[in-house]
Amino acid sequence: MRYLPHTAPDRQAMLATIGATAIDDLFVDVPDGALGTQPIAGLGHHMSEMEVERTLAAMANKNTTASSVPFFIGCGAYKHHVPASVDHLIQRGEFLTSYTPYQPEIAQGTLQYMFEFQTQVARLTGMDVANASMYDGSTACTEAIFMARRITKRGKAILSSGVHPHYVAVAKTLTQFTDDVLLCGEPHVMPGAPGHDMDWILNQLDTDTSCVIVQNPNLFGHVADLSELAKAVHAKGALLIVVFTEVVSLGLLKSPGEMGADIVVGEGQSIGNGLNFGGPYLGLFATRDKYVRQMPGRLCGETLDAHGKRGFVLTLSTREQHIRREKATSNICTNSGLCALAFTVHMSLLGEAGVRRLAEINHARAVSTAERLQKVAGITIVNSAFFNEFTIQLNTPSRQVVHDLAKHNVLAGVSLERLYPKHKALENALVVAATETTTDEHIEALADAFSKVLA
Amino acid sequence: MLKFTKDHEWIAVDGDIATIGITNFAQKALGDVVFIELPPIGKALAAHADAAVVESVKAASDVYAPVSGTVTETNEALVADSSLVNSAPHTTGWFFKLKLSDPKELNSLMDQAAYDSYLKTL
Amino acid sequence: MSMNTHGRPTQPVAANADGAASFSGNRGLDLQEPLIFELGSNTRTGVDLSDEKITKSYLGGLERTQPINLPGLSEPEVVRHFTRLSRKNYAIDMGIFALGSCTMKHNPRLNEKMARLPGFGDIHPLQPQSSVQGALQLMHTLAHWLTTLTGMPAVAMSPKAGAHGELCGLMAIRAALVARGNARQVVLCPESAHGTNPATAAFCGYRVEDIPANAKGRVDLEALKARLGPDVAAIMLTNPNTCGMFEPDIKAIADAVHAAGAFFYCDGANYNALVGKVRPGDLGVDAMHINLHKTFSTPHGGGGPGSGPVVFSEALAPFAPIPTVIKNADGYHLIEEENAESQTTFGRMVAFHGQMGMFVRALTYMMSHGADGLMQVAEDAVLNANYILASLKDVMTAPYEGPCMHEALFDDSFLKGTGVTTLDFAKGMIDEGFHPMTMYFPLVVHGAMLIEPTETESKATLDQFIHSLRGLAKAAVDGDANRFTGAPYFAPLARLDETRAARQPILSYKEPEMLQAAE
Repeated sequence: MRYLPHTAPDRQAMLATIGATAIDDLFVDVPDGALGTQPIAGLGHHMSEMEVERTLAAMANKNTTASSVPFFIGCGAYKHHVPASVDHLIQRGEFLTSYTPYQPEIAQGTLQYMFEFQTQVARLTGMDVANASMYDGSTACTEAIFMARRITKRGKAILSSGVHPHYVAVAKTLTQFTDDVLLCGEPHVMPGAPGHDMDWILNQLDTDTSCVIVQNPNLFGHVADLSELAKAVHAKGALLIVVFTEVVSLGLLKSPGEMGADIVVGEGQSIGNGLNFGGPYLGLFATRDKYVRQMPGRLCGETLDAHGKRGFVLTLSTREQHIRREKATSNICTNSGLCALAFTVHMSLLGEAGVRRLAEINHARAVSTAERLQKVAGITIVNSAFFNEFTIQLNTPSRQVVHDLAKHNVLAGVSLERLYPKHKALENALVVAATETTTDEHIEALADAFSKVLA
Repeated sequence: MLKFTKDHEWIAVDGDIATIGITNFAQKALGDVVFIELPPIGKALAAHADAAVVESVKAASDVYAPVSGTVTETNEALVADSSLVNSAPHTTGWFFKLKLSDPKELNSLMDQAAYDSYLKTL
Repeated sequence: MSMNTHGRPTQPVAANADGAASFSGNRGLDLQEPLIFELGSNTRTGVDLSDEKITKSYLGGLERTQPINLPGLSEPEVVRHFTRLSRKNYAIDMGIFALGSCTMKHNPRLNEKMARLPGFGDIHPLQPQSSVQGALQLMHTLAHWLTTLTGMPAVAMSPKAGAHGELCGLMAIRAALVARGNARQVVLCPESAHGTNPATAAFCGYRVEDIPANAKGRVDLEALKARLGPDVAAIMLTNPNTCGMFEPDIKAIADAVHAAGAFFYCDGANYNALVGKVRPGDLGVDAMHINLHKTFSTPHGGGGPGSGPVVFSEALAPFAPIPTVIKNADGYHLIEEENAESQTTFGRMVAFHGQMGMFVRALTYMMSHGADGLMQVAEDAVLNANYILASLKDVMTAPYEGPCMHEALFDDSFLKGTGVTTLDFAKGMIDEGFHPMTMYFPLVVHGAMLIEPTETESKATLDQFIHSLRGLAKAAVDGDANRFTGAPYFAPLARLDETRAARQPILSYKEPEMLQAAE
């Protein structure tokens, strides 16, 4: 077996040193009957590299890849181009095969990029401080709700209907055994501002409210200025949590921090990370300085070594589970280190000029897509404002249309019937995303396919 | 009157006001203190309730109210400079003051001699 | 300067003590590297993007007006920056990484290659299911391997890491108890447990109590039986435990727990000692998370991403979270909504379907080994740990008698009176070219040192490691305290001031101008 270095004589010599005669002498505490003497049945035997490659490639080849077809799917994960150097750098063994940097003297590589990552995320979101990343956007969102409860000592959270339904489901799941009350808005595709429910939120807002959670751009692609909402939320002593699923939007839109957010969380997959069928992804989490001790997750901080040289360490770790145990801010003990590295490398390549330009192109591609689709009979564009995805209304249930378009080799978007199976009113709606990878030919192919299927 | 708990807190009582801090033994065991969280003034604490948090780089400990009472004052100097707990645990490194609700509870605590012999058992 | 047989100075020397400081600040291959923020500029970019003009904006008046202040660099500068940073890290690729409880085994590169096949890496989680049949097949196949290896009937694939898996397991237990009419109040964890166990139990609304241990570092069965009662929801037990010992009473423990109407959550962090050799299902386990990044060799990546699927017993399977993959006559299906068939699910833990990238790597690893190879993995992992225990126990001190399982535990009594602490000893190992073992964990042992070599280390590597540790142990006892207290001498940086970092936290970069303006 190519990954196991011992020869039979090695094993014999080592057993002799130990003073055992057979390997099973070392498993002496395993109860009779539970100790296997033969390989477990029902699984294959070992395979060569070539055989494994063949087996897995056969599975991979059954899937339609995003790059091989006109592709317009978003809603929480986005197809972007990742520069070749990103994947090369994250595969360096010193990054790929290192551990959490608990020995800072021999982990400065990881610690320094974590510090760079934290700074990049804080600046993009318009906040003071960011952690070293979380599992994904959905878990970061729930952690933000818990953090707001710790700060305000209140248990009522108001979630806008524009928040991704899977993020809402995760929050509901993780709060079901607590005393927290989650008020969730009713999703809708009101012309002009789908998912926008500022008035409903303001009606629910009171002095028992811990936080208000708003996604921007929201699930339906709508973008809104949250500055007035922030003022109203703060007037009640509550916190404003702003969620995003498309981090590229921050290159072009007013930052959540500038609009008055207290905690900003979201999905960072778009920068540096591929689609990967949903994971691993990259949860981003940022807040104001004054709340840092209530923030979950790992943090890297600057300090000096014994000779006075600048260096970095994990810090404020007393918030975490390995010290606080049942009093920890969260039970989390890993972040998305390698995904954060990919983000940082890509962001260092882009810089301010690049990320702004990237965001502009995304918007321009989405505008071109919307303008072309508007000309297709049976399609109505719902949004008046959007970044790189928007909602369209069809004259027929969208889930079947998506399937029919797939048969034409066009992956057209996300049917709201799939995301909201219990909401009949949304069944004709579809969310369409475009990015810098979307070409004019893709847009034409999409419009053509729609014309055929809707006719 | 100076009293001690098994959790290594000291209580200096003056009339019905008690000043509370952690002992020299406790600060040594914790190491460099980096952060202190103090209770809000006016908070009523039951005996043994969590009152404050003291954190070093590697450890976090709760400081309990040794006896019941209401918080009348907290040592804001600690928030600015937590190293006072290490340099002067028994004087300027005090944590908070309580107005005692039942001074009889003090009888259950150790005096200096009892605390010293308790330390020898550890 | 006197030299030892390995060509190292016997007296550690401070940086540049024997020569003039360099003009660059570098020392040969030891290169200084500034932060990106000190290198780049906001107008430079290393990505060529189209110059498409925005003709119309639909941003609703929400255009950014403030600068972001993110420096960019050209590609050669970025490649050099991160390559230089990488060289400041220790990694499995460089040497043995015997970090106890972390299972730092070799990460096969075939795993990386397979995860990057476009058919796995370039598919969207919300594509029509007809367009991702191969991906669903992969998840279904991995689930088959996990349930067969563990002898458990069901698995939840979505948890993103070990602690997330624990949470998944405890939530299923709570949901099952609620369905029975009473969630109960207490979860029992041994004092030696990983800190995530009590944190998870508390998160699920349970009060945590200790499981008593006996002098051999194992669960005290009689005391546990006495404590079990109608208030106990579950026990959380790591097996092999965090001292690296198998719980010999494990079946009796499971029986007692079940008799009390409670569930047995097994922390699978140490599954590498058992994989392919012992099926947790045969031990009475109700739920166990599996760290794909430990046992199944997906890379640790400097702290994630991990992946923590959870296997379940019949009793808990109906409560597993969505989504799940099923197979029927017309192919593979993703069940992603709460519907009539899965009313009892406790809900959803992540936005999509879990760590697909890690699933591909783990299945690649499993197929490479096969059932026969995985059995050998457990045997060699246990063999290597016992070899280390046997080769060091005369110079270091082991608190419990062997044999151990996949990791060897030592305490600091051999350092008593030397002026050298466990931390110093660990830093001394850095100068020897090794990543230190896990220190001060488990908490039940004074100055604990937990060494987990894994099965992918050769006998030659282990011998070299043992030689160095014997040398260090002897040096400490012989009074060579300076070797340790100032260590590391040969790392990119000397010991870092963690107190300073925590007292005045600097958590993001501020340009000198920004700092001046703030003053």
